[in-house]
Amino acid sequence: MSNGELVGSYIVPVHPHTVLAADQNEGWGRLRDAFSEAAQRIKDSGADLLIIYSTTWPSIIGHQIIADPNPEWVMVDNDFHDLGSIPYSFNIDESFAHAWNEANEKRGLKSRTVAYHGFPIDVGSVVALKLLNPDNAIPAVIVSSNVYANRAETTVLAKACMDVVKSTGRKAVAITAMSLSNRMFTKPIDPKDDRIHSLKDDEWNRKILEFLSEGRLEDVGQLSRTIHRQIRVNKVVAFKPMWWLSGMNQNRNNLTGEVLAYEAIHGAGGAVVHLDPAASGAGDKEYDEDDIEYFSGERNVLDAQGDDGEIVSGTTSAAPLQANGPDLWEPTESDDSVNSDAAPKPVGAYPHARRVGDLLYLSGVGPRQPGTNSIPGGPIHDADGKALNYDIKAQTHAVVENIARILEEAGGSINDVLDVTSFLVDMDRDFKGYNEVWAETLGKVGPTRTTLAIRALPTPIAVEMKVIAKAPSIE
Amino acid sequence: MGLLMSKGEIVAGCLAPHPPHLVYAENPEQNEPTAEGGWEQLRWGYERLRESLANVEYDAIVLLSPHWQTYIGTHFLGLPSFKSLSVDPVFPNLFRYHYDLNIDIELSRQIHDRAEDAGLAVKMMENPDFRVDYGTITTGHMFNPQWDKPLVVISSNRSRDYYSVEVMQEMMIELGRVTREAILASGKKVVVLASNSLSHRHFTTESAIPEDMSKEHIASHAMHLWDMRMIEYFRTGQSQRILDEMPEFTEQAIAESDGGGLSWLLSTLDVPNYPGILHGYGTIIGTGNAIVEWPERHHKEASE
Repeated sequence: MSNGELVGSYIVPVHPHTVLAADQNEGWGRLRDAFSEAAQRIKDSGADLLIIYSTTWPSIIGHQIIADPNPEWVMVDNDFHDLGSIPYSFNIDESFAHAWNEANEKRGLKSRTVAYHGFPIDVGSVVALKLLNPDNAIPAVIVSSNVYANRAETTVLAKACMDVVKSTGRKAVAITAMSLSNRMFTKPIDPKDDRIHSLKDDEWNRKILEFLSEGRLEDVGQLSRTIHRQIRVNKVVAFKPMWWLSGMNQNRNNLTGEVLAYEAIHGAGGAVVHLDPAASGAGDKEYDEDDIEYFSGERNVLDAQGDDGEIVSGTTSAAPLQANGPDLWEPTESDDSVNSDAAPKPVGAYPHARRVGDLLYLSGVGPRQPGTNSIPGGPIHDADGKALNYDIKAQTHAVVENIARILEEAGGSINDVLDVTSFLVDMDRDFKGYNEVWAETLGKVGPTRTTLAIRALPTPIAVEMKVIAKAPSIE
Repeated sequence: MGLLMSKGEIVAGCLAPHPPHLVYAENPEQNEPTAEGGWEQLRWGYERLRESLANVEYDAIVLLSPHWQTYIGTHFLGLPSFKSLSVDPVFPNLFRYHYDLNIDIELSRQIHDRAEDAGLAVKMMENPDFRVDYGTITTGHMFNPQWDKPLVVISSNRSRDYYSVEVMQEMMIELGRVTREAILASGKKVVVLASNSLSHRHFTTESAIPEDMSKEHIASHAMHLWDMRMIEYFRTGQSQRILDEMPEFTEQAIAESDGGGLSWLLSTLDVPNYPGILHGYGTIIGTGNAIVEWPERHHKEASE
C-alpha cells in the first residue's frame, strides 16, 4: 500500500498582473515575490505533483480535469488584454488526471477528463503554473469549479483526489487559484492608484487571512457562504475553493499557516498563503458540518422524474440516500458471534458473523453505511416505492467494504474470503457493473462465487453478498 | 465633411442564442466533433431566420455575446480580423471551431466613441492573440454560415453581477441607444444580434450521446412558464413589459438576460411596439432558447 500525502497547500491570486505587470505597482511586485517564495518552498518540499482548483474555469457538467499531457497556447485575459499575452506550455500528469476522474465516479461525482488541442487553460491556472512551476519541473493537474456544486460535492471532489494521492504514493501540493474579495473597479485605473475596493472588503480579507495564518482552514471553509455574501461579487462561482482545500486537508483547523503577501489587484483582494500540514499550536476547533464521503445529489435529472414532472431529488438532500425500509436491530450476541460497530446494523435478530471451527459464516452483507444507514450509490426506490436511479458499482464497492470491516473485527481481512453467494435484484441492469467491481476487489482474492437474481431485498438495495471466510486462528 | 451620406438603418434585430450544441449538430467543416443531428427545432428556426433575411441587403452584423464577459466596462473587438481555434471550456466535446472572421473596425469605433461620450466605461480590444468566445462564433455561424459580413462584437459587461439587474439594464439601454445612433449615423445597413438564452438552468449531467433528444426538455415547469411569458411579449410587441419585468425574469428564470444582451437589443431597436417573428423555440440541456426577429418592415409599418 502506498502512502502518498499532501506536503503543502497554497492560495494564490488569479489576475494576470503578477505575470505581465509586476513592475507597474509595488503591491503587484510583492505578490510576484511571494509567488517566487512559494515556488521555492514547493521545490524544497520535494513535491512531485501540483493540483490546481481554479475558480476561473467554471464547468456545468460535473467537474472537468485537464488530461492533455502538454497543453500549449497563448492566453489573453478577457478584461486585461491590454497588459499582453501569456504563452504557455505545461506539463500535465495525464495518468493522475484519469485516476482522479475514476475516483470521482466511484464517489458518486460526475466528472470527465479534457484533452483537446487548443483547450483554453484559464487565467488562474496559467498564472499559478507560470509562477509556481516556472520550469515545468513538477507535473500538474487542473480541475474546474462546477457552478452548481455545493459543499458536499466539492468536499467529495477533494476526498476522491486524496484517494489517488494516497494510493499512488505522491507528494502533492494543493493550490487554489482565487481572489479573496473579488470586486474590481469597474473602470480602468492608473496602476499606482490600486487599492482594495472598499474598507469592508479589506476588513473581511484580513479576517480570512488571520484565520489562515492560524491554520484554521476548516473554519474559513465553514465561513464560505458568509464570505460569499459579504465580499464576493456574484460571478459564475461562489467562494468554493476553501471547501475543496479544506477537504484536501482532512478538514483540519490546526495547520501551520503563513501569509506571504496580501495586495490589491484592480480592487480585488489577492493573497499568497502557505498552509503547511504540520500541526500548529492552534489546535482543532469544533467541526460541526457533515463530513461527506460519497456524493448522491442531483445527477439523475435526465431520467428520474416524478409524476408531477418535478425533478426527483434535490441538490444535496440526504433524504434520498437514506435506506427507507425495516427497523434496525442490534446484532445478537453469543459465544461465537462476531459483531462490529463499523458494519451496518442488522434488520433482524442475527449477528454480523459467526465463527464455527476454522470458518466464519457472515450474514448477508449489503451496502448500507454504519451510523447513517445511507446507501452509497443511492437507494433503488423511495419510501413510496417509486423507482430511483442508483449506482450499482458504488453499492458493490460498499458491500465489499462492509465485508472487510466484519472480517477485520474478527481479526482477519478481506483476503480470507472463501465463498460468496451474490444476490442482485436486477441482473440485466446490474450484472456488468457488479462484475467489474468484483474483478477489482474480491476477484483478486479469488473466492468461489454464485450470483443469483432475486425479486427484492429487505432494504432498498440492489446487491447483497453471503460470505464464508477462513477464520483467523485464535491465539 | 461635405459628403452626402445616406442614413444608416437597422434592417433587423434578432434574439439569436448561442449554445454550442447547435453548431455541433450542424456538422460544419469548421467544427471538429461530429454529431448525428439534434436540436432540430432550433436549427430549423435559424433556417427560417436566414430565409427571412435572404433578400435583405445589409453591410454588417453587430453582436453582443454573454460569453465574452468583462467586468471593467464594455469592450469591442478592435482589429480587422481574427483567425484561430475556439474551444468551449464547458463543452469541449462539442465545440472546437476553426474561425476566420472580419471586423467592421470603423463601426466598432463609432459605437465605442459614442458610448464613451455617454459616460460608459469602454475599451477597444486590440490584442491579436485574443480568442473570440464561442458564443459569438455560434451565433455568428448559425446566423451567417458564410461569414461573408463583417462583425462588430461587443462584450457582456457584467454590471448585473456588480450591482443589480436594474443597473445593468440602465447601462445596456444607454449602450443600445448609442449603438442605434452610431448605426444610423454610419450610413450602413446593419443587423443587430443579441446572443442569449432565455431561462438558463442547465442539467448538470449529459447523456452518453449528447444529441439524444429523448433526454432533452426544459429544466422545470417554472422555467417553461417564464419562457412562454417572454415569448408572448415578443410576439405581441410588448417590449416595454419585457424591460419592466426583466429583474423578475432574470432572477427567477436564472435567465441569460443577466448578460445584458436582450435589454441592449430592445433598446437598439428603440423598444419595438410591433410584433417580433418567432422563428423557433427549443431547449438545450434544460435551458430555454428562442429565435426571434424584429424586422425593419414591421418597424416601418408601425411608424406609418
